[in-house]
Amino acid sequence: MTAADTLLDPSPSDADGPVLAVSDLTVSFPSEAGRVRAVRGLSYEVRAGEVLGVVGESGSGKSVSSMAVMGLLPPTARVSGSIRFRGRELLGLSDVELSRVRGDRVAMVFQDPLSALTPVFPVGEQIAEAVLVHAGGRVSRSAAARRAVELLDLVGIPHAAERAKAFPHEFSGGMRQRVVIAMAIANDPDLIIADEPTTALDVTVQAQVLEVLKTAQEVTGAAIVLITHDLGVVAGFADRLMVMYAGRAVETGPVDEIYRRPRMPYTLGLLGALPRLDAEGKQPLVPIEGQPPSLVDLPPGCPFAPRCPMAVPECLTEEPALLAVPDVGSDAATTGTPHHAACVRVGEIARVDAAPEDVYEVEAEVPEPEVARVPRAERATVLDVRELVRHYPVTKGTVFRRRVGTVRAVDGITFDIREGETLGLVGESGCGKTTTLMEILGLAAPTGGSVAVLGKDVSTLDRRGRKAVRRDLQVVFQDPMASLDPRMPVGDILAEPMRVHGEDRQRIARRVPELLRLVGLRPEHADRYPAEFSGGQRQRIGIARALALEPRLVVLDEPVSALDVSVQAGVINLLDELKAKLGLAYLFVAHDLSVVRHIADRVAVMYLGRIVEIGAVDAVFETPGHPYTQALLSAIPIPDPEKERRRERIILAGDLPSPANPPSGCRFRTRCFLHATLTDEDRRRCVEVDPALERQGDRAGGAERDPGAGGADHEVACHFTTVRRVV
Amino acid sequence: MSVTLKDTDSAGTSGAAAGGPVDAAVEPGRTLTRGRLVLRRFLRNRLALVGMVAIASLYAMAFLSPLFAPWDHQQQDYTAFLRPPGGNHWFGTTQIGEDVFAQTMRGLQKSLTIGLLVGVISTALASLVGATAGYFGGWVDRILMWLVDLLLVLPSFLIISIASPAFRGKSWLLFVVLLALFGWMITARIVRGMTMTLKEREFVKAARFMGQSPLRIILRHIVPNMASLLIIDATVNVGAAVLAETGLSYFGFGVQPPDVSLGTLIATGTRAAFTFPWMFLFAGGFLVLTVLSVNWVGDGLRDALDPTSTRARRREPRRRRAGATASAAPSAAPATTSSAKPSTTPSDRPQSTDGSAG
Repeated sequence: MTAADTLLDPSPSDADGPVLAVSDLTVSFPSEAGRVRAVRGLSYEVRAGEVLGVVGESGSGKSVSSMAVMGLLPPTARVSGSIRFRGRELLGLSDVELSRVRGDRVAMVFQDPLSALTPVFPVGEQIAEAVLVHAGGRVSRSAAARRAVELLDLVGIPHAAERAKAFPHEFSGGMRQRVVIAMAIANDPDLIIADEPTTALDVTVQAQVLEVLKTAQEVTGAAIVLITHDLGVVAGFADRLMVMYAGRAVETGPVDEIYRRPRMPYTLGLLGALPRLDAEGKQPLVPIEGQPPSLVDLPPGCPFAPRCPMAVPECLTEEPALLAVPDVGSDAATTGTPHHAACVRVGEIARVDAAPEDVYEVEAEVPEPEVARVPRAERATVLDVRELVRHYPVTKGTVFRRRVGTVRAVDGITFDIREGETLGLVGESGCGKTTTLMEILGLAAPTGGSVAVLGKDVSTLDRRGRKAVRRDLQVVFQDPMASLDPRMPVGDILAEPMRVHGEDRQRIARRVPELLRLVGLRPEHADRYPAEFSGGQRQRIGIARALALEPRLVVLDEPVSALDVSVQAGVINLLDELKAKLGLAYLFVAHDLSVVRHIADRVAVMYLGRIVEIGAVDAVFETPGHPYTQALLSAIPIPDPEKERRRERIILAGDLPSPANPPSGCRFRTRCFLHATLTDEDRRRCVEVDPALERQGDRAGGAERDPGAGGADHEVACHFTTVRRVV
Repeated sequence: MSVTLKDTDSAGTSGAAAGGPVDAAVEPGRTLTRGRLVLRRFLRNRLALVGMVAIASLYAMAFLSPLFAPWDHQQQDYTAFLRPPGGNHWFGTTQIGEDVFAQTMRGLQKSLTIGLLVGVISTALASLVGATAGYFGGWVDRILMWLVDLLLVLPSFLIISIASPAFRGKSWLLFVVLLALFGWMITARIVRGMTMTLKEREFVKAARFMGQSPLRIILRHIVPNMASLLIIDATVNVGAAVLAETGLSYFGFGVQPPDVSLGTLIATGTRAAFTFPWMFLFAGGFLVLTVLSVNWVGDGLRDALDPTSTRARRREPRRRRAGATASAAPSAAPATTSSAKPSTTPSDRPQSTDGSAG
C-alpha cells in the first residue's frame, strides 16, 4: 500500500474539536398508527481517528440517526436538533450542498453491498466516479481510474487492475463489501459511517472485512461510526460505545468500561443474553422479557421500565437523563472519557457492581433431559445419515438441455443423532448445510448414500410410510416472518399439522392452547394473525407448530439468526427447556458458533459439501483439530474487549471455492494456512489424497464425556492435524 | 407491523436482516388488522370511493328500476315515437315507441351481470391454472403455459364472432363462458410467477414437510396469499368484460335480440346519434361511467393493498394548523384508467442451476 499511502495522506486535523457533533437530534416519521418518534434527543461526538460503536436492537433508532447525518432520510421524516460536521451545521442544508459533503468528507458503508453498487457498471468505474464527482475537474479520467485500482488494491482485492473491470455480480459478498469500503475512502473522508457492514456476511468474511475497515481507518485517519447489533463485533474494534434503546442513548463510555462495568440494566441484559464462545459448561442465557416499546406514543418514564427487572415506581414518572456514572473503583477518570448511563438506580448497580445474573432472574442451570443420562451408545438412533450425496446438474440451453457440469452440494457426509441429543451443523453459506437439511426433510432417495429416520430408510418408503415419518420429523425455519402463513390465524397454523395427520377436532381444540402455553404464549393468542406478533413470538409459534405432533426429531434451520439478541436468548432457553421436558433430538443448523456452543451436544463442521470435523462440542471447541474449524472459531468475536484484543485471528484468504469445481485432494487446501507452511512433499499429499475423518487420540478433551464409545468423540479430516486453541 | 411501518424504509438500507430503519415492534393487539388498514387506505383515495359509490348505485339502479319505472323495456308506447327526454319517458323513446330509460336499465343490467360473471370466472380460472402450473412446474407447467400461449395468440374477437351463430337463440350464459375463456391468460401468467416465488417461501415448505397435499397447499396457502392481486384483477376484468361484451354486441355477435345490452343499444342508437342523440347518449354515458368507476376502484384497491405504494400513504398536512385535526389529504393524482395489472411479466423459468446454498 505504499502507493496509496502518498495518495491517502491523513489530512492534518484542522481543529482539535470533534469531527462530528450531534446534539439533541430528533427524527420522526409519519405512519398509519401515528408519528413514529424514531430518534428522541440523541447527542454524541466523534473525534478524529476514533471509532464509536453504536449498539442497539432493531428499532432502537441507530440506523435512522446515521441516516440523518448523511441527509438520506425520506422527505416525510421530520428532523430537528443539530448535526455539526467539523463545526459546520449540516441540518437544513439543501440536498445539493449536502452532496458536496457526502461521499467527500463523510462516507457511508451500507449493510448490503449488492444494493450499494450499481449492477450495470464495472466496479472500477464506480470508484473512479466517486473520485471524479468530488474532484471538480482537477483530476483527469485516467488518473481517477488509476486511483480506483490503487484503492481496490488497498482493500485487498487480488489482481486489482483486472478486477476493476469486473461487474459487481462477479464478486462475492465479502469482496463487494471491500469495493464499497474502497469507494467510501476514495476521497480520504474525515468520517466513515458503517451501518451493519458485516451483518450480511459469513463470520470468516466478517473478520476479513473488519480488518479492511481497520486498514482503511489507519490510512485515512478518519473517525468511524460503526453501527451494529452485535456486541462481539464492536468489542474488538470500537474505542467508545453508545448503547441505544427506544431512540435514545442509554449508556455511553469507553468500550472496556462498558463491557466490564455495565451500569444500565438494558446493557446488562444485552451482555447476559449473548451466548459466548468462551463459555464453559452450560449456563442459561439471560433473556430480557417483553419487547421494545412502540415509538408511536411512549408513556412517560423510562422506556425500558416495562422490561426492566429493577424497575421501581420512580422509573415510571420521568425519563432518566444520561448522567455520569458514580466513580466506584472505575478507571473512567484516568481515561478521560466519562462513563454515562441513563438509569435512576445507577448508584445501586455501581455499588454492588452487579452482573447480569444478579439483575435478571435466571433459572439455576440448564436442565438435562432424562435420556441424556443413558450413555450415548445405548440410546436409540433417531437420524442416521450415511455417505449422503446430493449433486445438482448444471445445464445449458433451453431447447436441448445438456449437462455441462455438476454442483457437488453435499458430497458424502455421515453422521447420526441419538435420542435426546443436539447436533449442531455449522459452516459458511454455500457449504451444503441447507441442502443436507432439505435432503433429510424431503424424504426422497438421495443421489447417493442413505438417510434413515428412526431406523426407516427413506428410499424404501411409500407414500403412507413417508407421511408416518413426517409425524416424527418436524422443522423450524430461520425466518419467523416467512415461515408462518400471513393469512392464517395462529390457531389454524398450529392446527394444520394435526389436521393433515387426521386428528379429531376435539383433540386439536385441546392441543392448541396447550401448545401456546408450552412455548410461553397465551391461549388467547390463537385467534390473532402472525403479523400481530414480534419476531421472537413468531419464532415461538413456529416452534409450537413443530411440536404439535409430538415429534422425536426437530430440524432447526438457523432458528435464532433473524432475531435480536435479547429475544434470541429467550428462544434458546425455550429450546433447551423443551428438549429436557420432551426428550427431543435436534438437528441444529447455524452459522453462529456461539449459539451452537451453547445449545449443542455434538457439532459437525462442514466445508464444501464435506464434514471436516465432528465430535462432542467441548472437544471441538476447545481442541479444534482442523485448520478450518480453527479459522472459523477464531473469526467469531468474543464480547470481551480485553480478550478480543489479545486473541490471534486466523484470517482465511479468499472465498469458498465453487462446489461445481472443488479442489482436488483436500478441499480446504486452497485456503489453508497450514498447507502453506508444509514441505513440498507434505503438500503433495494434500493435493493428491482426500483426507478421511479420523478419530482423535486421547489428547482430545472430550474423553470423559463419552466413555462408552471407547476413546474421544472427536473426528477430524486432516492429514496434519495439529490442535490449536483459538477461543 | 410490516405493513404499518414500511413507509419509512425508502431511506436506503435494505432491510435484509435488521429491518427498515424503523422497525419498532408493536404490541400485539395494538396493531391495526390488515383489513382495517386496507379499508383506511382505500377510503383515503377519493376517486376510488367515488367509483365505488358509482358502481353500487349503478347496480342498484339497474336492478331496482323495474320497481319504480313507469315503463317496461319490452312495452311500446304507440302515442310517443322518437320523443325527446321528458314527461313520463325519462330518457325519451325510440322510433317504435320503446322507453329508452327502461331499455338502458335493462341493458345495463345485462352488461353489468355479464361483466361481473366474466370477471369472477376468468380470475378463478386464471388463479387455478396459474397456481397449478407454478406449483408443480415441469411438464404440467409446460403444457399449461403452452395452452395459455395458444389462447393468447388466437384472435378472441374473431373466434367469438365466428362462433356466435352457434349460440344464437341459446342462453346468454354461453356468451359469458366464451368471454371468460378468452380473458384469463395474462393473469394466469402473473399468478404462475407469483406462485413460483410463494412456493419458495418457508410457510409453503413447512406445509409440504408436514405432509399437506398439493391441492390443499394451493387452496389454503398460495391462493389466499395472492388475494390482493386477484381482487384487483377481478375488478379490472369486470371493466374489460363490459367493454368486450359491448363491442361484440355492437356488431351483433354478443347478446341477441330481443334481449338488450348496452352494446346493442349503442348499435341501434348510433345511426341516429346526431338527430336523436338521446337514443345513443344515455347508453354510451352509462358505459363510460361503468368502466371508469370500475377502473378507479381497481386503482384504489391496488394502492390500498400494496404496502409499497406511495399514493395511499397518509399525507402530512403542508402547514401545521393549530387545532385543526390533520385529516388525510386526498391523493389528487389523476386516476389512470389503464389496466392496473403489473406491467412486468414474471420471468419464465428460474435459472437452471438449482440452489445449493448452505
